[in-house]
Amino acid sequence: MDFLLGHLLTLILFFPILAALVILFLPSDDVKVIRWTALIASIVPFALAVLVWTRFDTSATGFQFVEQYPWYEAIHSTFHVGVDGLSLTMVLLTTLLTPISILASFTIKDRVKAYMILFLMLETGMLGVFLALDLLIFFVFWEIGLVPMYFLINQWGSEKGERTLWKGVKMQARNYASLKFLIYTMAGSLGLLLAIQMLGVLFQTYDLPSLYERWNALQGTLLGLPVTTVKAIAFWAFVVAFAIKVPVWPFHTWLPDAHTEAPTAGSMILAGVLLKLGAYGFLRLVLPFYPAEAQRFAGALAFLAVMAIVFGAFASYGQTDFKRLVAYSSVNHMGFVLLGIAAAAKVGLNNQDVALNLSKNIALNGAVLQMFNHGLSAAGMFFLVGVIYERTHTRNLNDLGGLFPLVPVYGGILIFTSMASLGLPGLNGFISEFMVVRGAWPILSVYTAIAMLGLLFTGAYILKGIKQVLHGPMNEHWAQGEHRLTEINTREIIVMAPLIALILVIGVYPAWILEVINKAILMLF
Amino acid sequence: MQFPILSVIVFTPMAAALLILLINSERKNEIRVTALAAATFALILSLWVYFTYDKAIGGYQFLEKYNWMPMLGISLHLGVDGMSAPLVLLTGVVMFTGVLISWGIDDRPREFFAFLFILASGVFGVFISLDLFMLFFFYEIAVFPMYLLIAIWGWVKTREYAAMKLTLYLFIGSVVSLVGALVMYWTSGLHTFDMLALEKAAFPLAFQKIWFPFVFFGFAVLGGIFPFHNWSPDGHVAAPTAVSMFHAGVLMKLGAFAALRVGIMLLPEGAKLWAPLIMGLALVNIVYGAFIAMVQTDFKYIIGFSSVSHMGLVMMGFSTMTPIGMTGAGLQMFSHGVMTALFFAAVGMVYDRAHTRDIPKLGGMVKPLPLVAIAFIIGGLVSMGMPGLSGFMAEFPIFMGIWQVRPIVAIIAAVSIVITAAYIMLAIRRVFFGAMPVEFEGHIGPIGVQDKVALVFLCIIMISLGVFPSLMFPWVQAGVQHLMILLGGA
Amino acid sequence: MTTILPILPEILLLALGILVLVLDPFWKEENRRLNLGWLTAGGLFLILGISLVIARPGAQPVLVFGGMLRDDWLGFVFKMFFLFGAAITSLFLMDVEGAGRRAESFLLLISATLGMNLMASAADLVMLYLAIETTSIPLYILAGFLTGDDKSTESGFKYMLFGALTSAFLLYGFSLLYGFTGQTSLYALSASFPTFSLLALGIVFLVLVGLSFKISFFPFHFWAPDVYEGAPTPVAGFLSTASKAAGFAVVLRLFVAVFPSLAANWSMILAILAALTMTVGNLIALTQKNIKRMLAYSSIAHAGYAMIGIVAFSQLGAASTVFYLIAYILTNLAAFGIVTAFGRVAGSDDMKAYYGLSRRAPGLALMMLVAFLSLAGMPPFGGFVGKVFVFTAAIQQGWIWLAVVGILNSIVGVYYYMTVLKYVYLYRMEGEAEEKHPVPRSKPYAIALTVLTVGILVIGIVFAPWFNLANSTALSLF
Repeated sequence: MDFLLGHLLTLILFFPILAALVILFLPSDDVKVIRWTALIASIVPFALAVLVWTRFDTSATGFQFVEQYPWYEAIHSTFHVGVDGLSLTMVLLTTLLTPISILASFTIKDRVKAYMILFLMLETGMLGVFLALDLLIFFVFWEIGLVPMYFLINQWGSEKGERTLWKGVKMQARNYASLKFLIYTMAGSLGLLLAIQMLGVLFQTYDLPSLYERWNALQGTLLGLPVTTVKAIAFWAFVVAFAIKVPVWPFHTWLPDAHTEAPTAGSMILAGVLLKLGAYGFLRLVLPFYPAEAQRFAGALAFLAVMAIVFGAFASYGQTDFKRLVAYSSVNHMGFVLLGIAAAAKVGLNNQDVALNLSKNIALNGAVLQMFNHGLSAAGMFFLVGVIYERTHTRNLNDLGGLFPLVPVYGGILIFTSMASLGLPGLNGFISEFMVVRGAWPILSVYTAIAMLGLLFTGAYILKGIKQVLHGPMNEHWAQGEHRLTEINTREIIVMAPLIALILVIGVYPAWILEVINKAILMLF
Repeated sequence: MQFPILSVIVFTPMAAALLILLINSERKNEIRVTALAAATFALILSLWVYFTYDKAIGGYQFLEKYNWMPMLGISLHLGVDGMSAPLVLLTGVVMFTGVLISWGIDDRPREFFAFLFILASGVFGVFISLDLFMLFFFYEIAVFPMYLLIAIWGWVKTREYAAMKLTLYLFIGSVVSLVGALVMYWTSGLHTFDMLALEKAAFPLAFQKIWFPFVFFGFAVLGGIFPFHNWSPDGHVAAPTAVSMFHAGVLMKLGAFAALRVGIMLLPEGAKLWAPLIMGLALVNIVYGAFIAMVQTDFKYIIGFSSVSHMGLVMMGFSTMTPIGMTGAGLQMFSHGVMTALFFAAVGMVYDRAHTRDIPKLGGMVKPLPLVAIAFIIGGLVSMGMPGLSGFMAEFPIFMGIWQVRPIVAIIAAVSIVITAAYIMLAIRRVFFGAMPVEFEGHIGPIGVQDKVALVFLCIIMISLGVFPSLMFPWVQAGVQHLMILLGGA
Repeated sequence: MTTILPILPEILLLALGILVLVLDPFWKEENRRLNLGWLTAGGLFLILGISLVIARPGAQPVLVFGGMLRDDWLGFVFKMFFLFGAAITSLFLMDVEGAGRRAESFLLLISATLGMNLMASAADLVMLYLAIETTSIPLYILAGFLTGDDKSTESGFKYMLFGALTSAFLLYGFSLLYGFTGQTSLYALSASFPTFSLLALGIVFLVLVGLSFKISFFPFHFWAPDVYEGAPTPVAGFLSTASKAAGFAVVLRLFVAVFPSLAANWSMILAILAALTMTVGNLIALTQKNIKRMLAYSSIAHAGYAMIGIVAFSQLGAASTVFYLIAYILTNLAAFGIVTAFGRVAGSDDMKAYYGLSRRAPGLALMMLVAFLSLAGMPPFGGFVGKVFVFTAAIQQGWIWLAVVGILNSIVGVYYYMTVLKYVYLYRMEGEAEEKHPVPRSKPYAIALTVLTVGILVIGIVFAPWFNLANSTALSLF
């Protein structure tokens, strides 16, 4: 038991990979065994994460459950992991969404073994980013998460669809989407890599806690340039890498394709967790390392955030593909996260104004909560899109319509989840969006005002989506014969259940999670 | 009297070659088994040497010295240090997997394995030679078997041309170095070829300035430095699979290593003077190699140019003249060696079945050859420098080293990483995934157990190193320590 | 008794020759070839053995027989190798149509060897000239021995004409030498040899003409390809190795012992000529289609390499030249031996006939590999070590450009040697019928080639004792 408690984080981190290894040796034909093994294996990290949550000391500052082992001494990098409120929230989200996604993947029939192995590898990659307290480890896991997702989209993504490239060369849509995702993200992380290398070279360590102190204490010239210039360049290197991941307008163009072409569970994880990696990067690395630059460029960040909110909403509204609509809604929702971060950045670290500080905290709390919430609702929305796609094999909103009487339970769940996405008071989305807006208003008034426009259109596209699927004249095509729609089944309901529960609980009683988040925020800034 | 393990490692392949030559050429299976036994033996010995090397003490270990010709100061002086121990291991690994992969060679396997082993002996000899004359001796032994191996068993279309080009290029490179080495011998006044003694000979700066390029670039030709890299892609492509594995996996490291041992370690001041030029050329290697690889349509040419690009990283690491950059270079030699052996093995397996390497004509190979696909993907990830695999472990310190010297170069070189990702992923997708062209349906047989063992073995090495870099970097660091002392001296 | 030890090998050679001549009529026709050959070869090896044991020179060189000969290591080492070369050649000669059954050919071989021995240890101008003629005349006849073959006759004739002409120059040079110094003894000459003057240089030039012919040195090299092509192949082998080495022995002795005062001048001349020799030999070899001609040009080039050691006027230089020649004798004999062995089966010396040899006779092909790679200068064969040492000596004395030229030429050499190996290993016979056309081995060839191949490897790997031997010859020069 001691061993367990002493190495909780390492266990959470590596259990999925071990499970993947076990699955490697299972017979490829026994699909049922593989699926259930994967599912049960993914529940273990969740259980451990809950354990960590219960034992998490909300009154203490600093990182908890810290573990540090020597790893690559030649370049002064150690295997250093730990959690604070921020990362714990994300870990919980990840370990929750993974089993749910695996359960959602039970309809995959082709090469199930490879699929599950890749999925579990992906989980380790994501967890690693959240748990890392060493920059190099952070980067390692950041990159590790890319390749499984590339293959998941590539191999199990939607089979239809083609994209025409230059000179009339055609490419399958999922190939295009996965390659774009990979190259875009890698190109972004290139800047990150270079900046990390520079940090490593300068300080001969990659350890986050010590880097926090030393980086900020740096004065004078660096590599022949004044420190401020170098910091500004490194700041933008970090920002670009994370901005691509969040995604922030205008680096978002990979997202609609990737989300749309990915298999259902892939989209769930992509929207649910992977996007949060970028935001997490902002919170964990950008703000603590570059408070001055962040403050200087907060306006620019806010601008981009607002663009994401507004354009995301507009774009979403204009979609005829249900999945693409939800994809753009991710852009829209993540914009709020960035808005909160920008607001906090603007206030800066050592601001004396009490009111501004309060707003800053509220904004940040809101941002982090929005990360969690969006994870839940986006995963839910994508799953529901998947449910209808399984049955109708179309995502085109114009082909659907008036399905409510046919699938009332599904309809109910869809409406519920959509409302969460819309930000209906009483559900989780409202809490986080309200906090962000409340926090950002005193700090970045104009931007917040413009963001409201986006919020308006959020309502518009959500309602439009629901209307086109559920309401209006029923499309007779789905009413009878072989195309008759079947109701949502038990497995699918079980997939949605935890999400629905959490959405409701947080919407009504958010304190239990906000406490944890708040402590972390206070410590960080 | 300590067991002369290093002599045994060097002469085992040679002895095996002689033995194999005596077997009747009809008895092919016996030939193969003998070859495998010898290769396994060499592998075990090299593992032994690697893991019993004492990193805490560092320096040269397992020393053996036999006076060969006292009149001119030539001795058979053998020893390994932290830099050469991984390379000895690499040779053992590639030899072992190379024999496994060559199991299917049906045309005169006797001569094939005999020549391959003579090559292996030469390679081992260079890595562990501490006498300059003997280093050349073994270096040259490693040149001519390549000619025969490529010309006889290579790809029919270009083998004669490629073999001759390769041989001439390498021979020219080596004799250029030879001139430099002989001049060094006389100028030192020590009347010995012993490198440990020559390390201490303080050559005048002007002398080093003139002769360092001869020695360094002569050897670096084999390392594939721009603009003398031209022999490499053609040579890689024309050679039969095991020979390509050896060629890119080990031989190019021979060049880089010899450039290090003879050039940088014996003429450190000259090295420091010329380092910027080397850095510039290596940068061209890295970026240019990557770009050219991107436009290739022949599967094997992609790997060939990718090798040019990755060897550029090794040279780059050397040129930084920093401990961390050198460490990275040492690691990269091993990591790239294993990775490229894997690549060529995989490519060979596809080619043997599809009889074409033209990417537009291939596709869907993952179904009949799943292990090959996975192995190639892992190799590809290593090549991109994906963290968690050995490539990252090697490339990262090199970049850190470059940062310490000239940050802008690091930024430019990093671009190659993205290019590499692009061409590797595209090649993977086109060859292994997608639809299989109709003409291959049913013609792609599975790979044999020897092939599987080889692939898995190589993958395990790359993954282990990536996850546990401590399996190799302490050795390389010990070697670099000694190197830095030589460089740091006045 | 001790006084004849210095010429014991020669006496024994004479005895052997008489024995061959006398025994010949007693044997039946069909036995002759075997008996003659084995007798000669066996006798020569025996003489070699005996001399090694009892006739070794002392620590200090001594002039014997009224100053005609000098009993020193230079002469001794060369003599041993001449005996070895002749023995091997007689083994090869056994199977040559038209020569192998006739006692005359073996007698001529023995006579030539006798002459060479004398050349190597001659210490007097008259003796030297006599020895050179004693060597050359039998060789002229041997070259043209196959009277039915036009090429052979042409070869013999050409050889004789050129030989006679150049030896006239040589004699003229010698007579001038005598005229101006009043001495015929080489070692006394050097004391009274005039220091630089146009005349002295002229004498050197004349002598050089004669000797250049012997060693096929530029610009008197052009007899070699025709002569080697026409002569019976073992004879060509003998010419290219032992005869050339004998010439070098004389060059060493003369230039180092007699003309050292002019070293500054003749070394530059020799250097330039050596460079030209190597280059011309290598470049023209590139274009050859006949293997014997190619080997002829390659031999010309090798003379150039060997000369580099002499140009580096030092002990190391002389030693490296001797070592080079030792390795070269073994290698070239092997090369020509293989051509003999294969030529009589294929009936042609065209390179095309060698296609697919590796499948017809893998052992023979391997030996060819060894010989040719040694010629190219690849380790672990003797040729590599020889070249490295010669270049080392050159660099030591500052002749870096010459070493570079030598190296560049080696590269060219690699190309054409590899090309032949390519034909042997890669190309296929007409109709790919190699299994049906094996190459029969005969015992003498097998023995001779094995001995040579092993020798090439031994000299290439364990080279210290051989170099020590070469060094002792160099010591005795100065």
